[in-house]
Amino acid sequence: MRTLVEVGFIDQDRVSGRYGLASGLTDLSAGHVDPNELRARSMNWADPLAARSGEAVRVGVRTGTEALIVHYVFRPDHSQQQADVGAQLPGHATALGKVLLAHNPAAVALFPARGVTSYTARTITSRSALTMELLQARSQGYAVEFGEHRPDQAGIAAPIFGSGGLTVGAVEIHGDLDRICDPSGTARPKLVAQVVDCARAVARELKTERSGE
Amino acid sequence: MPPPRFVMAIDQGTTSTRAILFDHSGQLVSVAQLEHHQYFPKPGWVEHDAAEIWRNVGRIIPRVLKDVGATAADIAAVGIANQRETIVVWDRMTGVPARRAIVWQDTRTDTLVDSLSQLPLAAEIQARSGLPLGSYFSAPRLRWMLDENPRLRERAERGEVLFGTMESWLIWNLTGGTDGGAHITEVTNASRTLLMNIHTLNWDPALLSFFDIPAAILPEIRPSMGSYGLGRGPIAGVPIAAALGDQQAALFGQTCFAAGEAKCTYGTGSFLLLNTGHEIVTSTHGMLTTVAYQLAGEPAIYALEGSVAITGSLVQWFRDGLGLIRTAAEIETLARTVDDNGGCYIVPAFYGLFAPHWRPEARGIIAGLTSYITRGHLARAVLEATGWQTRELLDAMNADSSLSLTALKVDGGMTSDNLLMQFIADVLDVPVVRPMMAETVSLGAGYAAGLAVGYWSDLEGLRRNWHLAAEWLPSMDPGRRDSEYKNWLHAVELTLGWTSNTAR
Repeated sequence: MRTLVEVGFIDQDRVSGRYGLASGLTDLSAGHVDPNELRARSMNWADPLAARSGEAVRVGVRTGTEALIVHYVFRPDHSQQQADVGAQLPGHATALGKVLLAHNPAAVALFPARGVTSYTARTITSRSALTMELLQARSQGYAVEFGEHRPDQAGIAAPIFGSGGLTVGAVEIHGDLDRICDPSGTARPKLVAQVVDCARAVARELKTERSGE
Repeated sequence: MPPPRFVMAIDQGTTSTRAILFDHSGQLVSVAQLEHHQYFPKPGWVEHDAAEIWRNVGRIIPRVLKDVGATAADIAAVGIANQRETIVVWDRMTGVPARRAIVWQDTRTDTLVDSLSQLPLAAEIQARSGLPLGSYFSAPRLRWMLDENPRLRERAERGEVLFGTMESWLIWNLTGGTDGGAHITEVTNASRTLLMNIHTLNWDPALLSFFDIPAAILPEIRPSMGSYGLGRGPIAGVPIAAALGDQQAALFGQTCFAAGEAKCTYGTGSFLLLNTGHEIVTSTHGMLTTVAYQLAGEPAIYALEGSVAITGSLVQWFRDGLGLIRTAAEIETLARTVDDNGGCYIVPAFYGLFAPHWRPEARGIIAGLTSYITRGHLARAVLEATGWQTRELLDAMNADSSLSLTALKVDGGMTSDNLLMQFIADVLDVPVVRPMMAETVSLGAGYAAGLAVGYWSDLEGLRRNWHLAAEWLPSMDPGRRDSEYKNWLHAVELTLGWTSNTAR
């Protein structure tokens, strides 16, 4: 039973102690999108997001408590950059990770109560603070990372909803702290809107049947 | 009055026509698109209704303007990118097409071309036109059309009907049609007809007489950029300022302006174009010599072109014919379940082998099958086939010209496959780079039009708009690359002669 809870197939009501079906089970069918399919469908929308925002774009899916990068678009500034497709980002310390966890509540339980890895002084390490952070990300529809993974880097991420409203992935821009956020740590609204619009566009694309190639 | 904000590209493709607005940084601002009917009257025949395509253009132009609240005053210029080698003949007085357009995929002229190839001048065709005598190009289609209807030939000789490739048809209509429309063709399109002399860039009388085409029907050949005329209706007064065949437009959109720069578009089939500068390279390895683009008042820039018939369509076959995947992108997932091809090679000579082999009697094979092979290995072999076919084209181009490629710029649907792109970098041993702007065909048309009217000042300005979205660096061990390539070439040999030695 405990394993089933951990992988998100069932959950347990705290008051009654009863078990019920959780989202992990439906993820197996309707919610799952092949990561390479997600890249193919994201590409036409991730490119303009990078061009408009001037930042690098990552598209990711959740694996456990981490975000697996499935697509990467370079920042459009003629600089030498490295695409980290296939890398895994810590779920609690990145915008991409937080927004993926926020829409998969069962995943928070996978974190240890204490001893979550701290990357910078700003990394959220307590489970209760993380839960609050994820609730906010869920209610506002995007997550923000403010120097929590790398001290000088920030990010904004929004969920990609598949058929049935399940989160199948997320899209993120990340870059220098002062370009993404204002000094108080608030994400710049124009960038937030661009990220959210991109995530919606990918979601629409996922729902349309694709012919040809 | 504020300066124009956008350029408009009209991308007249095989299945649809799109109008697209680009801003000064080369960003796509707005798109409107309409599909047109595909007519298949007989096996191997493919036709379009040119009147329907023109009606679609008339509907998408106002739509793309309305999307961003733009008017004609906001548009600096219009550029056209079009499906190549498709032909239209229409009435000069009424503007009505004489019959449906014959599309580039159409193979009805195969037997006509076989009989033409017996004529003495056939040996000179490639030296004059840059192209081998083949049913793929426009001239045999025009000849077929004039043979089909003797009255049409009479009218052609009297100059009552006009011939053009798709950009001619659109330019004539955009600039007024029966009310003084300009009957012109653009040089990269003309270079695909088999009627233009690749050296003089004029209609070649010897080629006209070889194909028995009356000169009166032909449009005037113009550079890729220049003033073709002014638009009417919703784009009244806007210069129609550029046109390019679709693959040349992609080369231009990828900003391959210097000799030695190349792009490959990976779609159902794939098209590799290498800019050879002012040099006309005649291929002895089955490549085509074609015009890349021509700025007004300047000599033409040339290109070598090689195409692979079956690339994305092999993945489609894997999906639809074998049912081993549900979507094309899943082939990468399946291929990654194994570490290598397990000794298995797929040569997709579905309709014979094209460039650089040109062996129509060949048929596809799966070579190296053992009980060890799983569908994961097959998926690898499918993707690798596209990589090796690109390598064969590049080897042929390298043998024909002294240019050495420093990077391959890629576009098209298959560029979303990271495993494939890495494999191409590995087997070509050059970096593979993908631009941030995926719509390279329409961008090329937009760039050309903007350049013609000074919306962009020079080619360098356009280069600065090119941004890298992704890059794959070669990392394969040279020994392994060589032995794998040998295996591939051996598999190719095994396909040869199949239909010559089998009963149907």
